[in-house]
Amino acid sequence: MDTVQVDPIAEGLECVYARPADTLTETRLHYCPGCGHGVVHRVLMEIVEELGIQDQTIGVAPVGCSVFAYHYMNIDMQEAAHGRASAVATAVKRLHPDRYVFSYQGDGDLAAIGTAETIHTANRGENILMVFINNAIYGMTGGQMAPTTLLGMKTSTSPGGRTIETSGYPLKISEMIALLPGVAYVTRQSVHTPNAVRHLKKALLHAFRYQKEKKGTCLVEVVSNCPSGWKMTPGEANEWLEKNMFPLYPPGDIKVPHS
Amino acid sequence: MTVSTAELMKGNEALAEAAIRAGCQAYFGYPITPQSEILEYLADEGRRRGMIVLQAESEVASINMVYGGAGAGARVMTSSSSPGISLMQEGISYIAAAQLPCLIVNVSRGGPGLGTIQPSQGDYFQATKGGGHGDYRLIVLAPSSVQEMADFVYDAFDLADKYRNPVMILADGALGQMMEKVAFRDYNPKEHTPAKPWATTGKPRSRERNIITSLFIEPEKMEQINIRLQEKYAVIREKEVRSECFMTDDAEYGIVAYGLAARVAQGAVEIARSHGIRAGLLRPITLYPYPSDAVRALAERVRGILVVEMNAGQMVEDVRLAVEGRVPVTFAGRMGGIIPSPDEVFAALENLTTQDVALHAETY
Ligand SMILES: Cc1ncc(C[n+]2csc(CCOP(=O)(O)OP(=O)(O)O)c2C)c(N)n1
Ligand code: SF4
Repeated sequence: MDTVQVDPIAEGLECVYARPADTLTETRLHYCPGCGHGVVHRVLMEIVEELGIQDQTIGVAPVGCSVFAYHYMNIDMQEAAHGRASAVATAVKRLHPDRYVFSYQGDGDLAAIGTAETIHTANRGENILMVFINNAIYGMTGGQMAPTTLLGMKTSTSPGGRTIETSGYPLKISEMIALLPGVAYVTRQSVHTPNAVRHLKKALLHAFRYQKEKKGTCLVEVVSNCPSGWKMTPGEANEWLEKNMFPLYPPGDIKVPHS
Repeated sequence: MTVSTAELMKGNEALAEAAIRAGCQAYFGYPITPQSEILEYLADEGRRRGMIVLQAESEVASINMVYGGAGAGARVMTSSSSPGISLMQEGISYIAAAQLPCLIVNVSRGGPGLGTIQPSQGDYFQATKGGGHGDYRLIVLAPSSVQEMADFVYDAFDLADKYRNPVMILADGALGQMMEKVAFRDYNPKEHTPAKPWATTGKPRSRERNIITSLFIEPEKMEQINIRLQEKYAVIREKEVRSECFMTDDAEYGIVAYGLAARVAQGAVEIARSHGIRAGLLRPITLYPYPSDAVRALAERVRGILVVEMNAGQMVEDVRLAVEGRVPVTFAGRMGGIIPSPDEVFAALENLTTQDVALHAETY
């Protein structure tokens, strides 16, 4: 079927938002409708474009739903093994200390299989940014329990709801990371409302600035959704997120640099 | 730079010194006996001479740092010993699939399990057959002296860059720990390191973005990648095979052995000659690509072949594949960290010479 290309601006509509043309490719996102991943990609690439650092930024994609982040982000990128993005990013940064380096990881990637790499990268105070997408579930593999899954939350591997007896407590890894002296900045943001997206952008901007100032490791957690894994509509998912995720994962700064 | 006069050095230290001279920009590793001297030497001498040396939290982290560093366009390496190399296998598979050049050193020890810190060749299968998942190969070099512990580092980096393929130096604890005289090659890394336009260094406007990945989700694409890898391995098999012969010209009986076992086997050849048995040694230097043609040529000249290894019999399978039944192939080996003595090997050789050749007997 042929699609008719219409130029909305030529049709007299006002342009209120444009894709960051240099840093975000025109590839169609493979994410489910309403998924937070796409929004975080966009905000990240807006920053790279606005700061004019496309030629100075190297990203590391995880294994998880965002494994194809490099299809969308028009910058040099490496795709790491599951959980090892911060180890890969460490090496990239050590060899190119003048570049901005970030890893982009889900909760399974960063807080389960990759916990050792996450903690030790932060403990070395590597001058990188970890973007941590906490959707409390394993999206890519079909909705299994994550370390961040809430108590009582149903997933395909906690069909009766997560219990402490079988699975212990939801892991608040950002709070753990914040305790490490090598870490400069830890903040928790979200993407479920336009206002939240604005706050996220500000937080990411801070993180890029701190990296430039060589302040140490920065971690930006994004409380996100997984409408497919949660078996909700995007609207329901965003409401559920605010009501159920925020009490355990409250948004706001956890650690900020001294000066 | 000139060739330095010979110095007395440990195998591990000679290897580390050669890595600095080969222009290795970063080393990532985790301590494990019998190779910790590599990390220790580089943490001191390497850092002093500008190398990035990072003691990682595990071998898993180390190999993924190697992935990141190689993908960022640098000459990078790691080293470990058997259990640590096992832990790296997922990462090595990713590196092979993403076609990244790097050096991985295995100063192996006796296994399985935590095993022993004594020397062993029990990791031959793991090194040469693709130790992790999927159809991939490493180029594997097997030194048998401290001099080769140094020399093969330059060769390894050159081969890695030439083929964009991980290269392994497969040594053992004895080669790592022994002290011998070593001279360092005249080598200018700048002349040997090719441009890496594919590396992730930051995307200028003038080029498309560079992506380092091992993910090719469509099976048709993944098959094409596999075909390309196999084509590369075919070229490597054609061009990069190395082996060495000792007294094979007039030999009636051949020994095939690599690494430390080849030194022992050479002693056994000398004993045999003193007893009037015309024995000779073929020493594979590349374990992948395997010197199958040289083994076949040996089989066409001799009445029987003895394979000597410090394991339960691993390379002997490759020897048998090359010999294709032309002559009997027997095996003599010790396991678990024991080095066979030249007398033991000579006894196994005598056994071969007195056997009824028609039996194709095996001595395990
Ligand atoms: C070594 C290894 N173990 C398991 C997997 C399977 N796997 C792929 S993604 C994933 C979980 C991803 O979840 P998360 O990191 O939370 O990201 P999301 O998909 O939710 O964005 C798992 C278990 C793998 N690819 N590699
Ligand atoms: S499965 Fe979940 S995390 Fe993955 S794309 Fe769909 S909504 Fe997003």
